[in-house]
Formats: sequence, structure tokens, C-alpha cells
Amino acid sequence: MGWLGPEEWQAVALSLRVALTATIFSLPPGILVALVLARGRFPGHALLNGLVHLPLILPPVVTGYLLLLTFGTKGPLGSLLAEIGIVFAFRWTGAALAAAIMAFPLMVRAIRLSIEAVDPKLEEAAATLGASRIRVFVTVTLPLILPGVIAGAVLAFAKAMGEFGATITFVSNIPGQTQTLPSAIYAFLQVPGGESAALRLVAVSIAIAMLALIASEWFARRAGRRGGGA
Amino acid sequence: MTLSVALHHALPGLTLDVAFDAPAGVTSLFGRSGAGKTSVVNAVAGLLRPDRARIVLEGEVLADTGRGIWLPAHKRRIGYVFQEGRLFPHLDVRRNLVYGLRVTGRAVDDKAFARVVEMLGIGALLARRPGALSGGEKQRVAIGRALLAAPRMLLLDEPLAALDEGRKAEILPYLERIRDEAGVPMLHVSHAAAEVARLATTVVVLEAGRVLRAGPTAAVLSDPALTPTGPRAVGALLIARVVAHHDDGLSELDAGGVRLFLPRVASAPGAELRVRIAAHDVILSLGPPEGLSALNSLPGTVAEIHIGDGPGAIVAVETAAGRVLSRVTRRSVARLGLAPGIACHAILKTVSIAAEDVGVQAGPVRAG
Repeated sequence: MGWLGPEEWQAVALSLRVALTATIFSLPPGILVALVLARGRFPGHALLNGLVHLPLILPPVVTGYLLLLTFGTKGPLGSLLAEIGIVFAFRWTGAALAAAIMAFPLMVRAIRLSIEAVDPKLEEAAATLGASRIRVFVTVTLPLILPGVIAGAVLAFAKAMGEFGATITFVSNIPGQTQTLPSAIYAFLQVPGGESAALRLVAVSIAIAMLALIASEWFARRAGRRGGGA
Repeated sequence: MTLSVALHHALPGLTLDVAFDAPAGVTSLFGRSGAGKTSVVNAVAGLLRPDRARIVLEGEVLADTGRGIWLPAHKRRIGYVFQEGRLFPHLDVRRNLVYGLRVTGRAVDDKAFARVVEMLGIGALLARRPGALSGGEKQRVAIGRALLAAPRMLLLDEPLAALDEGRKAEILPYLERIRDEAGVPMLHVSHAAAEVARLATTVVVLEAGRVLRAGPTAAVLSDPALTPTGPRAVGALLIARVVAHHDDGLSELDAGGVRLFLPRVASAPGAELRVRIAAHDVILSLGPPEGLSALNSLPGTVAEIHIGDGPGAIVAVETAAGRVLSRVTRRSVARLGLAPGIACHAILKTVSIAAEDVGVQAGPVRAG
């Protein structure tokens, strides 16, 4: 990548790492929460739904600040986690956490929709054939919601790549540490003569977004074909 | 008793209060839509948890709400064939068929697999997806899938209701084969009298959530007072043996010494058949019929008369072939002076017996 400077390349690599980490780690809880929201009937249902969607409606700066208060080195969770060696504040892991929190509602929404489209009668049929609830999920529900899971993951990845407000508030804008693509573009635009670097990063952003979209279409079509399309 | 069911459950608009026993063979829950048949079957399967229930299968208590026992569906080993098939769309036919074995960690017995595939005629479909199957094929695969899980009992909820007439005729012989060959007890739900007449060994008539009558199929179906799905669907069941096939397209049968002529049946001479004779196809004559085109005349005596709400009456005639029902008008009952003990002839047009009214009784599979 000769046409990208070391600082620009660093931002791209960091962003990819942050977005991938955020997506992978939020997938299992994302599927779980989507299941609970789609199928669960319990008193705190609306509350959980609101909580999950909160990052979507709060100003990102507010979310970032709340993360700083909670996961900062002096925060209640941050100090606890620091004792077992997990530090988020001003690290790339913090950027991943912020990205994951911001992308979570989008991921949950996509997966939840696909779960609601699964006919529970198929799961009943699986139970009469001897499948326990976990086996029903693994052998029937999960394969049927796979396109939705993929769509949710891609949405989350795209959101994580673009996350700016919460990230810069929570972990600042340290080149090589927490300077993701959007932060880098922002930083380049703040200095005279930085426009060309900013434009190169913009091009990279567009390319990554398009690639992610094409990949997801391909996966979804594959999963759809496996699903028989009937 | 293979299966013993007693349950009470309040549904919106219907309170189920049902108790019956299902012996070996096929037990049909028979009644009109909304009588609560599917709810009963769902409770047996473990998919519906009734307010109160005691369900015992081959000595094992599956549910006893009084003692807090409720075995979940996946531990009951009861196969279920749903009205709509419910095949897994993401699996091909072969993997649908072995699903029950795979999820319970059992090995696929190639012999048993081949036998079920052969019995249901689905060998050519194994690599296909459910989306590429016809309604009748889907239902046959669904039956095979339930059977291959080696269930202790098979539940069939209106297995033919979603199919057109041609497809029904296609599936019924397979269900007869399962009844006669697989030896799995079945609990079958239907609102179609012809289907019940062909399959059931025991009939449980449900009406508005209650058991109206339960007993052997021929006895229940020949009760003139029972019109669970309307008087038009009433019909008695005769057991007859094929004597010969004639060149003019007729088959000759012997029912308790009485000759019956039917449109050509597929079974070979010697085979025992069950023949459903719809009450509205039978007319009554006080003397032996003369100058009449109908080929079948069964002499007998009136056993019972049930006067319905409308203009109709159902007359049960005891013949050497068995009990035959005739649906006539109340006016005819009065005009002929019909009363229990009166001798009469039950007359039946040969062509009124449709292929779907004739089924194999048990034992050897039909030759055709």
C-alpha cells in the first residue's frame, strides 16, 4: 500500500482490527439478546428493549462519556477489570468496546427480525423428533436465521468502522493506539495540507464498505440457497 | 391399553374435557373443526400443556399435573405428522428423514431407512429440498421422518387435509401400510368420515371439547344417532372379502354371505376389505326390489331409527353383512311404516361406492 502513508495505513489497520473485534465479540450476546427480545415474554422486556436501543438514540458523545465514567481507570467497572489486566481507557480495546456498544442495536434488530420470521412450528416439529431446546436452536433456528445474522454482523461491522463520537470521547485520538479511520480523517482535516491524506482515507472507507456489502450479499445468498428458498 | 388420556383445558371459546383410551392400531379422533381434536393431540405430544392432565403411554406416565409430572416433548418419543408437513426447509429429504436419529445421537439403521423409504415410495426424492416437493410428497416425507425416529406412538393431525382429492388417494394406502406393517400405534385426527372409515380401528367422537362416543370403528360409524360432522357424512362400515373380478369392470365381494358388487378394486381375490357405505347412497324397500337397476340388495331388519332435526332420518338396518345405515326422509319412514323389527331391503347402487371408500382391512398389502 505504497500510496498510503504509515500513519494512514496505521489508521486503516487499526479500524479493521477494532471493527472486526467489535463484531465478533458482540455476535454471541447479540444473538442471545435478539432471541430474548423476539421470543421472551417477561416483565422487563420493554426495559431491556429500551436499554439495547439506547446507544442508537443517545448522542454518541454522551455514550462515550458514560463509557468513560464506567470503564475509565477510576470507573466502577474499569477499576475492577484493571485488576485482572483488562484496560479499556485510551486503548484500542476501548475503541472496540465503544464501537460494539454503538453497533449493538443495529445488529440485534437485524437478527431479531430474522428470528421473528422463523416458524415456531418447525421448532415444535424438531422437538417431537427428540431434539432438546439447545439442539433445536443449533439444528433448526440458527441455520434458518443465518442470513439475518450475517446481515446483522455486516451492519455492525460497517457501523463500527464509522464510529466516531463515542470513540473519540472515550479513548481520544491517539495515532497508533486509538486513531481509527474516522478519527484520522478528522485529524487530517484539522491541519493545513491534510486534505489529500483525508481523501485517500475516504477512498479506503468507501472501498471497505462496498467490499463488506458485496461479501454479505454473497453469504446471504449462499445461506438462502441452503435454506431452499421455499 | 397403549395410550390413556384424561385432560381438562380451557381454550378461548372451548373447554376441553376429554378422557379416552387408545388401544393398539389406529385410534381416530373424529369430529368437526373446532371440536378440540388438535389440542388433545398436542397435549399427548407435549406441545400443549393442559390445565389438568394425566397421560399414560405403555405404562409410562407422560403427564400427571396432579403430581407435577410433565415430560417435555423431546423426551416423549412420540412421532407427529402435522397437517402442513413442517419439513425443515434447510435440509434435503434424506437429512429430514434422519433428523430424529441424528439429534438424539442414534446411528442410522440402513435397513430400517431403506424399508421406510420403500414403504413410502420416496426413494427418488432423497436429494431434493422440501421446497421442490409436491404436497403429497412432502406429507410422505413427513410420515417417514416421524417413523424413522422410532417413536412409541405416531400422531397424525389431519394428515390429508391440506391435499387435494388425488393426493389424498395417493397417501391413504401408505397410511394403511403403516397401520398393517409398522405396528406403531397411531392417534389420528380427522373430520373426514371416509378417512376414518378406512384407517381407524377405534373411533373417539369429539364434539365441543367432549367425548361423545368411543368404540370400535364399525360400531361407532353405524350408530344412527351419531352425526358428528353432519348427517351427510354418515356411513356404515362393512367388512368384505374379494371373491372375483369380472370382465365388465366389477369386483364381486362377499360380506357375511351377502354378495356385493363394487367398481373394480385393486386387491386380489381373497383380500379382506373395509367398505364404507354412505347413508345417503342407500335406499330402503319393504319387499325384494324388482325392475331396479341397483345391483346390491341386502335383506335385513330395521334395528334403530334416528329422527334428525330437519326433514331427514337415519335408519339402521341389521343385515347378514353387518349394519347398514340409510338416510331417508321422515316422510318415507312414516309412509313405509318403518319401525324397529320391520323387515326390509337395503339397496345400494354399485357406482356410488368411490375408490376412497374402499380400504384394506389388515394383513397383506394390496396387490395392485
